[in-house]
Amino acid sequence: MLSSMSETSLAAVQSQGTKRLSDGVPEATSILEVDGLSVRFGQSDVLKNLAFTVAERSVVAIIGPNGAGKTVLLRALLGSIPLRGSVRWAPGTRIGYVPQKLDLERDVPMTGRDLLRARLALAGDSDVKLDETFALVGIPSATADRLIGTYSGGQFQRLLIAFALLGTPTVLMLDEPSAGVDERGQEQVTALINRVRAERRLTVLYISHDLSVVSSYSDMVLCLGGRQPYYGRPEEILTPEVLQDAFGMAVRFHVHDH
Amino acid sequence: MTTEVVLLSVAAAIAAGLIGSFAVMRGMSLAADPLSHVALPGIGVALALHREPLFGAVAALLLGAFLVWVLQGKARATTEAIIGVVFSAALAIGSFSTSGENLIDALFGGGGTPSVAETVFVLLAALTIAALVIRERNRLLVMIVSSDLARTAGVNVRRLDLVYLLMFAITIGIGLRYLGVLLMGALIIIPAVTAKGIARNIGQMLSMTVALAALATTIGTLIASWLQQETGPIIVLVAAGGFLLSLLVPRANAATRA
Repeated sequence: MLSSMSETSLAAVQSQGTKRLSDGVPEATSILEVDGLSVRFGQSDVLKNLAFTVAERSVVAIIGPNGAGKTVLLRALLGSIPLRGSVRWAPGTRIGYVPQKLDLERDVPMTGRDLLRARLALAGDSDVKLDETFALVGIPSATADRLIGTYSGGQFQRLLIAFALLGTPTVLMLDEPSAGVDERGQEQVTALINRVRAERRLTVLYISHDLSVVSSYSDMVLCLGGRQPYYGRPEEILTPEVLQDAFGMAVRFHVHDH
Repeated sequence: MTTEVVLLSVAAAIAAGLIGSFAVMRGMSLAADPLSHVALPGIGVALALHREPLFGAVAALLLGAFLVWVLQGKARATTEAIIGVVFSAALAIGSFSTSGENLIDALFGGGGTPSVAETVFVLLAALTIAALVIRERNRLLVMIVSSDLARTAGVNVRRLDLVYLLMFAITIGIGLRYLGVLLMGALIIIPAVTAKGIARNIGQMLSMTVALAALATTIGTLIASWLQQETGPIIVLVAAGGFLLSLLVPRANAATRA
């Protein structure tokens, strides 16, 4: 099984996956086409020759061990780091990005409202949308006026999701949206993302370590960190063989039947 | 002490406060000092060519800021080390090419009445910087939170960074006459650090910093003329005294966290 998986060319896995989506959704056009993407930091290849296609309105999970280049991939897709190869977003794509952490020190006197108001001003929108957005992500008005440094992990995630949504994105990219959030908070954040995704018909790319979330919420899974990248449907990727190759140890995981 | 000098100083203090707010929030508190050293070779060259020292200083500072910007684009991790080396070397070159008395004036301020050209330049530069920072405040704000988020909001991060660094350099330069470049670095940083500890949002941070810088400048100038001492050191001492007093005010972060 391991050998047959690694012999399957990435392109084959990719077209298989795309085909399935075009069966289910008529005329599923791609919103993102990545080809031959490589990123080097100094002498080492963080990402090497990555190729995959993301269908509009699909949900793609990115998994892999620490250091596999998951965050680097999202930042490359954003255009934040130099890369080789091609990253083609469909015309009119607007990206909302939810990073795992900010460059900001905790003691900077900036409230959640300050940050969102600045984002809104850049979008040329009126202040009216602010309270709506805080309500949508479940941040009470008193919390909105507190300094960002005092936010809990869950509140912080919600704030960043609100920031992303203010740009009326067509694509949402999330870097471990539930990291640093307790279990109940994780469920709420996941539910929030799902609700917004359905309402606004978003394409979602997200990094996760939680394989049960990945298996139940994703149309496609990109697994980094193995001898080669793997891309396919959850049941194709969340197999002992692929996980063994990527994580370097037996990861016990059972894909539930939908 | 003429009203003209006080007006000029206050204009420069306002520019310093606005630039300093963002410098401190970006964690650039220590950058002002080495950058100010680069003014010295410029002053030396200007004096040798019988030109206004101010314009030599500003030219050299702009060059220094541009160098920092180029280095930031190349090797992020080592930027601070490079700034330390390059600008300390500039200080050494500057002390060769500048006579002892001019050197002290350049570092700590003083040195006679400003010419008309100098007065006009300082006033225009201060007003332009203040207007630019206020116009770009939303972009700057999002950029210091996260350059990745700024990109998703359509901010040209590299260009904005260059604009900011050049404004920073000019701000140090326009303090040459009344504070000296070294103490101007201090006036950029101290009021902002003071405000950062007590402000509860961005609006307060910016307005408090500007008010503190202008207040320190006015009070310092009055005390200096009363004691018949050099203005620059007294202004900085007043600003530092303000910082110590501010430590008595409950921290905004601690207060909201409780």
